[in-house]
Amino acid sequence: MSTEHHVTPLRVYFTVFALLLGLTFLTWWVATIDLGAWNTTIAISVAMTKVMLVVLWFMHVKYSNKLIWFFAAAGVYWLVLLFGFVMTDYLTRLPVTGWGG
Amino acid sequence: MSDATHTGPLAHHFETLEQQNETSAIGMWAFLVQEVMFFGGMFACYIVYRHMYPTAFLEGSAHLDPLLGGINTAVLLGSSLTMALAVRAAQLGKRGQTALLIGATVVLGLVFFGVKYFEYAEKWHHGLVPGLHWAPTGNPDPHLHIFFALYFIMTGMHALHMVIGFVLMAFVGVRALRGRYSPENYIGVEVLGLYWHFVDLVWIFLFPLLYLLSAHLGGGAH
Repeated sequence: MSTEHHVTPLRVYFTVFALLLGLTFLTWWVATIDLGAWNTTIAISVAMTKVMLVVLWFMHVKYSNKLIWFFAAAGVYWLVLLFGFVMTDYLTRLPVTGWGG
Repeated sequence: MSDATHTGPLAHHFETLEQQNETSAIGMWAFLVQEVMFFGGMFACYIVYRHMYPTAFLEGSAHLDPLLGGINTAVLLGSSLTMALAVRAAQLGKRGQTALLIGATVVLGLVFFGVKYFEYAEKWHHGLVPGLHWAPTGNPDPHLHIFFALYFIMTGMHALHMVIGFVLMAFVGVRALRGRYSPENYIGVEVLGLYWHFVDLVWIFLFPLLYLLSAHLGGGAH
């Protein structure tokens, strides 16, 4: 990394901020419509989009080296493992009917 | 590069300032990944209980005001913007502007706390604080306390992280005023920014998962 530190133009920061506010409004607006299970799917999708904006531009990962990318990805990877293994348990449990059936 | 004299911001165990900066950034990222797992445990708990008692979560969420949650989301996103701009000012060597923007971040954080205090006080008033003041009126869901226990633990841990952020910002803000950072050596401001943005990320998930579950039912606090 012999290059100078990347100074992000002001315009980019304000654009990212405006997008984040817009997505916050969007997540509220979608929540007011009854879409069943899709409400949660959309809410999480919008939140992950906001996370990408913050991580890439505010946290400078877009301009960071590969090791930083690796650490950021590791956070996501362990979360998927945690939620994945917990829910493969809870989603596959059968009601207990008692000893001896 | 092998001179023994220890001058300037470069610590003696690093070859170059660039190496020192990258090490600091990686250190903060390693800490943040650990923080992801810390909050991840609470979110896993949330997922399991919401799966088991969906009606309690719908009812609990109806007690929260999406407008107040939304305002606080905007305030916290604004504080992330001022923090990002503080890092930019440090990159450009503007020490006064750096301190001013860190101060603005603290002010926005305190606005968030003001709204949060109002919300917590209202929950107390309505007897919706499990373990301390639990007396929900009407015909509450038998598992309603689980939603509110998660609400207070998750927003409480988030608030504790903000308080730690205030202490760090006071420290870095004063150092910025004293001219301890330069365009070559601003990593202290950079890692403070990383920490603050992480706190913002947690709230980005808390807002829809706590406040918006029953918005389609005509929502709003009652």
